[in-house]
Amino acid sequence: MGKPVFDVDGLTKVYRTGEVEVHALRGVDMEIDEGEFLVLLGPSGSGKSTLLNILGGLDQATAGTVMFRDIELTAMDERELTLYRREYIGFVFQFYNLVPSLTARENVSLVTEIATDPMRPEEALDMVGLADRLEHFPAQLSGGEQQRVAIARAIAKRPKVLFCDEPTGALDSKTGVRVLEALVAVNQDLGTTTAVITHNVAIGDIAHRVVHFADGKVARIDVNETRRAASEISW
Amino acid sequence: MLALDRKLLRDLWRLKTQVAAIALVMAAGVATLVLAVGAYRSLFETRETYYERYRFADVFAHATRAPEWLAEEIARIPGVAAVETRIVKTAILDIEGMSVPATSMLVSMPEIGDQILNRLYMRQGRTPDPTHSDEVVVNEAFAVAHGFSPGDTFHAIIDGRKRRLTIVGTALSPEYIYALGPWDLMPDDERFAIGWMSRKAMEAAFDLDGAFSQVSVKLLRGASEGEVIERIDALLERYGGRGAYARKDQQSHAFLDAELKQLEAMARILPPIFLFVAAFLINMTLGRLVALEREQIGLMKALGYRSMAIAMHYLKFVAAIAAIGVIIGGVAGTWLGFGMTRLYGDFFHFPFLVFLWGADIYAIAVFVTVGAAVLGGARAVWSVVRLPPAVAMHAAAPTRYRRLLANGWLRGFSQTTIMIGRHILRWPVRAALTVFGISLSVAVLLASLFAFDSIDFMIDFTYFQSDRQDATLEFTLERPALVTSDLERLPGVLAAEPVRMVAVKVRHGHVERRVPIIGKPAGADLSRVLDESFRPVTIPETGFAPSDALADILGVRVGDIVQIETLEGRKRIVDVPVTAVIQGYLGLLSFMDITQVNRLMREGPMVSGAHLAIDESKADELFAEVKDMPLVGSIALQKVSLQKFRETLAENITIMITVYAALAMVIAFGVVYNSARIQLSERGRELASLRVLGFTRNEVAWILLGELAVLTLASLPLGWGLGYIIAWATVQGLQSELYRVPLVITRQTYAEASLVVLAAAAVSALIVKRRINRLDLIEVLKTRE
Repeated sequence: MGKPVFDVDGLTKVYRTGEVEVHALRGVDMEIDEGEFLVLLGPSGSGKSTLLNILGGLDQATAGTVMFRDIELTAMDERELTLYRREYIGFVFQFYNLVPSLTARENVSLVTEIATDPMRPEEALDMVGLADRLEHFPAQLSGGEQQRVAIARAIAKRPKVLFCDEPTGALDSKTGVRVLEALVAVNQDLGTTTAVITHNVAIGDIAHRVVHFADGKVARIDVNETRRAASEISW
Repeated sequence: MLALDRKLLRDLWRLKTQVAAIALVMAAGVATLVLAVGAYRSLFETRETYYERYRFADVFAHATRAPEWLAEEIARIPGVAAVETRIVKTAILDIEGMSVPATSMLVSMPEIGDQILNRLYMRQGRTPDPTHSDEVVVNEAFAVAHGFSPGDTFHAIIDGRKRRLTIVGTALSPEYIYALGPWDLMPDDERFAIGWMSRKAMEAAFDLDGAFSQVSVKLLRGASEGEVIERIDALLERYGGRGAYARKDQQSHAFLDAELKQLEAMARILPPIFLFVAAFLINMTLGRLVALEREQIGLMKALGYRSMAIAMHYLKFVAAIAAIGVIIGGVAGTWLGFGMTRLYGDFFHFPFLVFLWGADIYAIAVFVTVGAAVLGGARAVWSVVRLPPAVAMHAAAPTRYRRLLANGWLRGFSQTTIMIGRHILRWPVRAALTVFGISLSVAVLLASLFAFDSIDFMIDFTYFQSDRQDATLEFTLERPALVTSDLERLPGVLAAEPVRMVAVKVRHGHVERRVPIIGKPAGADLSRVLDESFRPVTIPETGFAPSDALADILGVRVGDIVQIETLEGRKRIVDVPVTAVIQGYLGLLSFMDITQVNRLMREGPMVSGAHLAIDESKADELFAEVKDMPLVGSIALQKVSLQKFRETLAENITIMITVYAALAMVIAFGVVYNSARIQLSERGRELASLRVLGFTRNEVAWILLGELAVLTLASLPLGWGLGYIIAWATVQGLQSELYRVPLVITRQTYAEASLVVLAAAAVSALIVKRRINRLDLIEVLKTRE
């Protein structure tokens, strides 16, 4: 493992909706290392998504700091966060979020067009095993295939970090495994730091470390001495 | 309150901007209908009531000098209900502090008792005392224009003698609602007066003891107008009768009628278009708005609500929006309509106004708008209600897009641009409807604004191309042609051009019209006639040259023969060939060479008036002389006339056009805003995920606003075409025997209409852009499609 990509210190997030205050994060301290494959586990409302949103530059913290390498993420404004996402971060969503009016190849191009050193869209789709589905529209692809297009779209710009929020949540076990295989392959081949949020305990086995969340805090961190291959797990 | 009804209220509040935009478009449609139809009906009814209460006559005739006993003969004509004889003459006025001479129509009042016909509505003071020959009642507008009140005096040149007249009252008359001076194109209250004097005073002044110069006749219901006119003509022939005519040829009535016809045409053409646009928009937007509620509809079904109850809920929703629109539009339209009726009422000097806003106008408005709304909503609700709840609760499957062009062709475009293109092509009907909606607002604007172009064109044609004289004098009687050279010697007169006007009847087949023939000398340069290609033409030495409007009515072309019957002097009927057709927009005109007119009258070289070119610096000197010239019956001044023309139009047309243009802008804004807003609801998630992927706000906004920009630009040419058609239809509706409105739309107007719509589009784009900026990025990660 190399030096930390993220250094999180006393991170706090409070949502105010009307008169109710929700403490989503209550002082989180942790580091994420370069090239690490991290799984974040925890029940709904435990704060894992909030952490990922802040790390991904989608939301701003109430207190505490996040350092991305030497840059203080928590000090960035809206414009800088957009550039940060554009430059360094890849996202994979539970519900794929592909643009229905663009083909698989074009969905990937959408990102490569605004990136500085992207791979070719075909290359990215090849990495997730969809070299033969380039010209298909989302409506013509299965759920698993759509999610792999989403992964290809996320990695095509060679992001430093890949955030996945329940990437297999909408998929059956067999298809989910294929998606995970793609994520692991990207992590290994490109060295992309990857953080996966899930409810699914089984997925923890493929990570370097598993971070357990509860009540807006890190409850414990498990380090996997031996990682299992994605193909070896099922649920 | 039921939970569903509470939901209804909250939904309305949640979507308040959109609800307001749709309701405003509807209101615009309703307002135009209520305004235009209501104002027209009110003015029409006001005029009818005014005519009836003040006994406006049905048939009118002028003679040089007819003996009073003829009145009994006329009364004996079958179908005649009442007869009143009068003396009606023109006089030049000399008003203190006004160098420009004014003209007055002097009308006699009976010595004893009330007027039988064309009764006065006294505003101030009393009627003239027959024992005081210098007393006069003037029309209110003239008094107001000069700040006169009873007791004030002015000078009049009556039959060559200058006399001081004392105002004893002011009045309104159904006969002079539209008081137009000789050769004037618009009423000018400062320079044209109606003066009512006692019969006795006028008999003495004009040497018409026991005689009359004008007779008015009221007909019995069902009487034959044509027959009565023929009989009156026969009776008056020996006394210098100039041909009796019916109401439709009475000047004030004819102009008023033309104005009302224009209002009616406006009411017939524009409101249906507005209403149609509004209905169309409502149908489109509400349909899509309901479609967005798909999941909620599924949920309600899952909870056990009947399809019918859900459908009713959404129909109430759209009906509520329609109701808001109808109420705003109804109130605004009524208010604007009352305002416009008052404006016209003031302009015409009606003594009172009858406001007639029938329930039927509102009923039509409600029926059309609510109907369109409910239909639009019902279509969408039904398509969702039919689905099983489980399916409805899921988002619709991703839309299947198609590649429409080979990949190579698209390589030059960014993916976002391809998204715009595919989205438009995927929903061609929707895109076409949006384009159509926007183009209608361009069209309505164009159809409102072109009026200014057409008027400018008419002004240029009338005042700068054809009638270029500074002043026109009309003599009290025909004079020998030599008088023209006398006029040229007057101070400040640069040139004088003789005119001989004769009232005639022109006949071709069964069609017959009373028109003046204007005789002009060859090579007339001040007052020119232009042919249909706008080239100045010399009137052929022989033959008759009608204006195109008259030629159309008579159905004649160059080479045809028309029959001309003189209505002045000794009656003559001659056949004359049509040798040219002249361009003309105002009135039914016809021209002949002046020598030929004199030959027609079997007279030597005579003139009835003259056009003058004036040296502006010596105008006051000239006017002072003209005021003392016994031969001058009236004077018209082109510049003053033009100014009046512009002012009057500014008063009437500008206000109406501004109202229509403003409503068109509301529509443009409504169409674009609603399109953008619904698109945003439908595609917000897609756009938010792009933001998450690192697209900037502007890049994301381009996807949505770029599409709107494409559709807006595409709508412009279509709008120009539709606008031209509507303008053409409007012009057809405005045609009357008194006006022909040329269809002129300048490039500037096309540009203005387009810019207004682009601006409305830009404003709605900015509002939507603010919403795009506020897209919730985190929500995207959570919710499913």
